[in-house]
Amino acid sequence: MANIITRRSILGAGAGMATLAAGGGAYAQSRVQAASGVSAPNLPIESGATLRMLRPVRFVAPDEEVFRANCARFTQQTGVQVRVDFVGWEDINQQTAVTANTGAGPDVIIGFGDAPHIYVDKLVEVSDIAEYVGRKYGGWMFVGEKYGKRHGTNNWIGLPFGGTAGPLVWRKSAVNAVGYQTPPSDLPGFLEMCKKLRQANKPAGFALGNAVGDGNGFANWLMWSHGASITDAEGAVSVNSPQTLAALNYLKELYPTFVDGGTISWGDISNNQAYAANTLFVTSNGVSLYFALKNDPATRAIADDTEHSVMPLGVANSWPSAPLTLNAMVFKHSRFPNAAKALLAFLMEQPQYEPWLDANLGYWAHPLNAYKDSAVWTSDPKIAIFRDSMNNQFWNGYKGPITVASGQANAEYVLVQMFAAVASGQSTPEAAMREADRRARRIFRR
Amino acid sequence: MSATAAEGWIRKNQEQNWLTRLLDWKPFLVVMCLLPAVALLMVFLTYPLGLGIWLAFTDTTIGRSGVWVGLENFEFMMEDPIFWNAVFYSVFYTAVATVGKFGLGLWLALLLNNHLPFKSFLRAIILLPWIVPTVLTAIAFWWIYNPQFSIISWVFIELGLRDSNIDFINTAWPARWSLIGANVWRGIPFVAISLLAGLQTISPSLYEAALLDGSTGWQRFRYITFPMLLPILAIVMTFSIIFTFTDFQLVYAITRGGPVNSTHLLATLAFQRGIAGGQLGEGAAIAVSMIPFLVFATLFSYFALARRKWQQGESND
Repeated sequence: MANIITRRSILGAGAGMATLAAGGGAYAQSRVQAASGVSAPNLPIESGATLRMLRPVRFVAPDEEVFRANCARFTQQTGVQVRVDFVGWEDINQQTAVTANTGAGPDVIIGFGDAPHIYVDKLVEVSDIAEYVGRKYGGWMFVGEKYGKRHGTNNWIGLPFGGTAGPLVWRKSAVNAVGYQTPPSDLPGFLEMCKKLRQANKPAGFALGNAVGDGNGFANWLMWSHGASITDAEGAVSVNSPQTLAALNYLKELYPTFVDGGTISWGDISNNQAYAANTLFVTSNGVSLYFALKNDPATRAIADDTEHSVMPLGVANSWPSAPLTLNAMVFKHSRFPNAAKALLAFLMEQPQYEPWLDANLGYWAHPLNAYKDSAVWTSDPKIAIFRDSMNNQFWNGYKGPITVASGQANAEYVLVQMFAAVASGQSTPEAAMREADRRARRIFRR
Repeated sequence: MSATAAEGWIRKNQEQNWLTRLLDWKPFLVVMCLLPAVALLMVFLTYPLGLGIWLAFTDTTIGRSGVWVGLENFEFMMEDPIFWNAVFYSVFYTAVATVGKFGLGLWLALLLNNHLPFKSFLRAIILLPWIVPTVLTAIAFWWIYNPQFSIISWVFIELGLRDSNIDFINTAWPARWSLIGANVWRGIPFVAISLLAGLQTISPSLYEAALLDGSTGWQRFRYITFPMLLPILAIVMTFSIIFTFTDFQLVYAITRGGPVNSTHLLATLAFQRGIAGGQLGEGAAIAVSMIPFLVFATLFSYFALARRKWQQGESND
């Protein structure tokens, strides 16, 4: 029966060789600083343990390769067989729900941010390993802690694995051509720039359609940069507010500057298409857009002309974007909870986590401070901005607790549709706000 | 059969064991033979339908089994403008698309019923829009209606007829009509081919007799073709209304119910609430509310357009 401490001492003994053998030369000279003298929780692995894990599919091929290699190393060191299934992004929530409801299936699921908060009763607490890796690797970053801990407690129910936020993506040539070095970070200045861009026929555009990622991201930015939020800190609906009205009126002026044809029917892919076709010059998107442009010789020039920066802050004091977060959870029905926790802690340790982070090229950003020195963040200056994704002070459902209802409000596009109704001229700002308030009250009634 | 063998058989019959006797008993045999079919229907039809109706009266969500809440879901729906909008658009979409499909489909069927060169080939390719998977149709129309990359907008701008993109799916009414257009395009072949089959069953002697009487083309259509076609029209229309009313893929793939919920059909709204939003109870209630509409549409087609006795040469009651 092995445990986590003996495994690490084995690793430590042959650190150089083991890392070189497993991860290649890239991280042999790692700059990630782990605190010394932090002792791991004692997790005696159950005899005969085997584990099954689900996680979302990869962005890039090396993600899966390194992840599987890390799990294989765990098997090698502990004798615990680990089976990892990669599941499509749209299916992971449903599969998590079935697993939680039936009490059967995978021991560990890496799902998205709010899943552990929804299925909290079915989960094993992971405070011991979360506090351990937190102490060892420079502490948890803000959103990591937010998504990891049960609301209002210090009990960890999820182990955030990584996240990625949506910055402003802009064409340097277009922004420079209308007289700016970089896009202004204040709201009136940003509006002014968008007007000039439209006049120069190099317009901006942000999704206002039923787009899970981009639509909600843009609506949240409008809310948060004006100091508005869907609920207050206690989780009571707070849509109906002067701040929301200000955000709606701001969009009313901003929307006419958007790309010809409008963005009210945009899905998640629409801004990527328009940006790659030289139709759109300023938008907001995850890092995938940049890599898609960079890896295609036909659009390489657009990638070279592309910059990332933080969305205009408005009254917010950190980047008003909720990172899409991977959040791991261990189910109570697992017969081998110690083995499951040991696996998660093992994957978060530097010899495993850093190569995985590097392999992801910046698609995922770390939730633990120490990994800010990983090689990936200096590999391309244009992705450096994603490094601090998890330091944002915003999450889905801000300012309230993360609940089923906050997830539902997102999935039903309550805020997106409020903004779209005003942008299309279908409703007055006041009417749209009342309708969103009505829907939010229904969703948050429990 | 020889006499001696028959004698032997009779004696054996008297010694039959209980199993053989049971299997010879007709009511038992009937039940046994029906059982697989009944079981299949129960498991795959009755149970899901019953479960759906049950869920509509609970507050079940994905991740939590619910409790009985009575009519609460329906009470909320009654006050929900998004639901009423979906009811309106479902009826409007079905009515307009059905009229469009049957008007154009009948016309196409009449054309195809003539003697044309390459007749078989033409009839085969007419079916194409119906054969391609709906999702492919939806993706094609998604591009055609794309606010930035629509080929129709492009043609108009290149010809100098417009200087901005056409608004297909960005505002409520254009989006509603655009989706109906896509549905009609997809539905015409089914109607046309079905009606063509109906046309070919009409006896040419009727037309010959009418010609001898000096009838015009319109009269032949009005007094021979149309009445003779009514029975098959009833069946095809029932199917078409059900398919259209419960349509999901076209709307979900092209607009996802947008802009601002204006193109939600009951089916897409039920999915949005039940699966994406996680409120299984509410989603089920919306789905259940489709049943009365479908029953009404079916009964209407059946009774209004059903086979009349005079079509078989008898007089009406």
